Amino acid sequence: MADRVLTGTRFVHGDWACAEGAISAGCGYYAAYPITPATEIAERIAQRFPVLGGKFIQFEDEIGAIASVIGASFSGLKAMTATSGPGVSLMLENIGLAVMTEAPCVIVNVMRGGPSTGQPTMGAQGDVMQCRWGMHGDVETIALAPQSVQEMYDLTVEAFNLSEAYRTPVFLLSDANIGHLYERLTIPREEELTLVDRKRPTLPPSEYLPYRADESLVPPMASFGDGYRFYSTGLTHDEKGYPDMSVETQDKLVRRLCDKIRRNTDKITRVEALMTDDCEVLVVAYGIAARSAATAVKQARDRGLKAGLLRLVSLWPFPDKLLEKMAEDAKAVIVAEMNYGQLVREVERAVKPKPVRFLPKLGENPHTPGEILEAIRRIDA
Amino acid sequence: MTEEMKHPLSDYLRMDRLPHIWCAGCGLGIILHSYVEAIQELSMDLDKIVTISGIGCAGRASGYVNTDAFHTTHGRALPFATGISISRPDLKTVVISGDGDLFAIGGNHLIHAARRNVDMLVICSNNFNYGMTGAQYGPTTPLNTRTPTSPYGSIENPFNLVALVASSGATMVSRWTVYHVYHLKNAIKKGLQKKGFSFIEVISPCTTGFGRLNKQTPIEMMRQLRDNTKIMKVHPTEATIDPSTEIIIGDFVDVRKPTYGEILRELEAKAR
Amino acid sequence: MAKQRIKLNKQLCKGCGYCIEFCPNNVFEKSEEITEKGVTPPRIKNPDKCTLCGLCTRLCPDFALTIEEDETDG
Repeated sequence: MADRVLTGTRFVHGDWACAEGAISAGCGYYAAYPITPATEIAERIAQRFPVLGGKFIQFEDEIGAIASVIGASFSGLKAMTATSGPGVSLMLENIGLAVMTEAPCVIVNVMRGGPSTGQPTMGAQGDVMQCRWGMHGDVETIALAPQSVQEMYDLTVEAFNLSEAYRTPVFLLSDANIGHLYERLTIPREEELTLVDRKRPTLPPSEYLPYRADESLVPPMASFGDGYRFYSTGLTHDEKGYPDMSVETQDKLVRRLCDKIRRNTDKITRVEALMTDDCEVLVVAYGIAARSAATAVKQARDRGLKAGLLRLVSLWPFPDKLLEKMAEDAKAVIVAEMNYGQLVREVERAVKPKPVRFLPKLGENPHTPGEILEAIRRIDA
Repeated sequence: MTEEMKHPLSDYLRMDRLPHIWCAGCGLGIILHSYVEAIQELSMDLDKIVTISGIGCAGRASGYVNTDAFHTTHGRALPFATGISISRPDLKTVVISGDGDLFAIGGNHLIHAARRNVDMLVICSNNFNYGMTGAQYGPTTPLNTRTPTSPYGSIENPFNLVALVASSGATMVSRWTVYHVYHLKNAIKKGLQKKGFSFIEVISPCTTGFGRLNKQTPIEMMRQLRDNTKIMKVHPTEATIDPSTEIIIGDFVDVRKPTYGEILRELEAKAR
Repeated sequence: MAKQRIKLNKQLCKGCGYCIEFCPNNVFEKSEEITEKGVTPPRIKNPDKCTLCGLCTRLCPDFALTIEEDETDG
């Protein structure tokens, strides 16, 4: 109980794995509001943090939770919250603040049926666009989509690493199925973990400018109490952090904040390709739907159909060029998502004029392999 | 103002950002002065103070102090500050914000931060309206006041801020005005040294907003703070407030209870 | 021997008039000046009446009034 990294293999559910991923990554602050199907993450953290010295608070609402996460991040701690779609909706304004002030933090969305209160206990993939476009203004975000309990652990660690490297909020898009699914989880030894910490200032306080970046586009980050006495605001600001409403400053700042992510798309992109080298039908899927897709692709190959699966592990920034390249030699692309059309729009855009067949799935469960196999067959026919 | 100006408080201020944006006669400049003078008199380490503010004219205050400072989203200064206070008990967390930011949009966070007795000092500038956006009515605007969004007179009962905060659990509660500069500074000094959720309501003139709507000059508004206030030691619920007749001011609550952070540390010790 | 006196920074003054109104010893009055910002700053009318109480420095919202060492003689 007292070890930070609980090395070993266990049979646990996704939410538990996510919580332990955060702990392994060095998360020191967690604030959240209970919401199905993410509550168990908070419950596991509430159990573990007091023993480890981490700070856990159950806030009065999701807005308070995310605001406090940003405060804790600037206090020098790795900070996280977990919620579901309705909670992300509440948090969006402050996630925008995190983007604008460049606060590393992790936001887990264990997605459920929407819109609105929807199906609280059922899985869905309906919040893909929300985490990309839900905030006002021009923002770029990073989003990862685990497909298994193991990935709930691994990708939570990865999410922290990306948030620290790029000084940005990172979303982990899971769903009710994975959150509550029991599977084998292997936690490595502490020495085997690769953890990334934010770049700290090397200049003394008299020379440090909190929002000046080098060619990496990521400014080194001081923490409260380090002696830098820096100022941050959600207002458009100059390199000192002071509000500056000029045209030049807005242009410069918005471009840097977006380019910080856009220009690093190749470094951030994580995918898994299954039998795509010679595929004629390319299936694109993510999260739990990708597991059905993998089975379908294998079944297709058994029947002599040249299908392949591109599983997106990172959804944002969307890897346009990669999709274009992967679809180049295919007859058509199939996108299987547990929603009524979200990431498919990005795929269509990237592979144009390649035909894209969309397979929606609403209601709780991922597609059956049979449904996807049927779609593959139809294209080949 | 770009050249370095000399001022006895220049170590405590971002002198390169003066003159500040507040209107002529605005009480926020007086609050700012009181705040940094209090820090100076206590010889506090500027590296160990974090000044947080919300949105509104009062929210600009964090931009003028030479401490770690953060300008958050509307109504969310308190949870932001809670994240700091809990993560860094070695730092003094101070919130400077306005009546609208703290009690309307931020009202929910206010009652819970007070309920938890999170260790922080909250300085609330109460100018009876939403100044920054053009003097609309807010949670402290007196009944029947005409404002741009209440052109026929506001029909809402205003809060008594000190009563609300005290009943939510704050362990230090005071109300002063920007006219009472010495009492205000002393209250700030007390709050800076106190452990617990410490709240100071500061009645402050909004000269171009509320003042202009009520056809008062800045000097008339300040005279009103001098003449219509009564210093009393009463229960916060009896500290009535009506800017046109009588405002009861004073130090109403000062008790010591375990802070959220202290209880959390005890809990951590037990858990291990 | 340098003594202290009230000093006004006209670049910071916004002409609110609080110092004129509330000084307990009537040290200030309105000047005839209009600064380049369009402000009518105060003027020290009765320097000998000033007790250096510092109330004006604290009521001034703009940090425009300070008590400084008097560099001039007398």
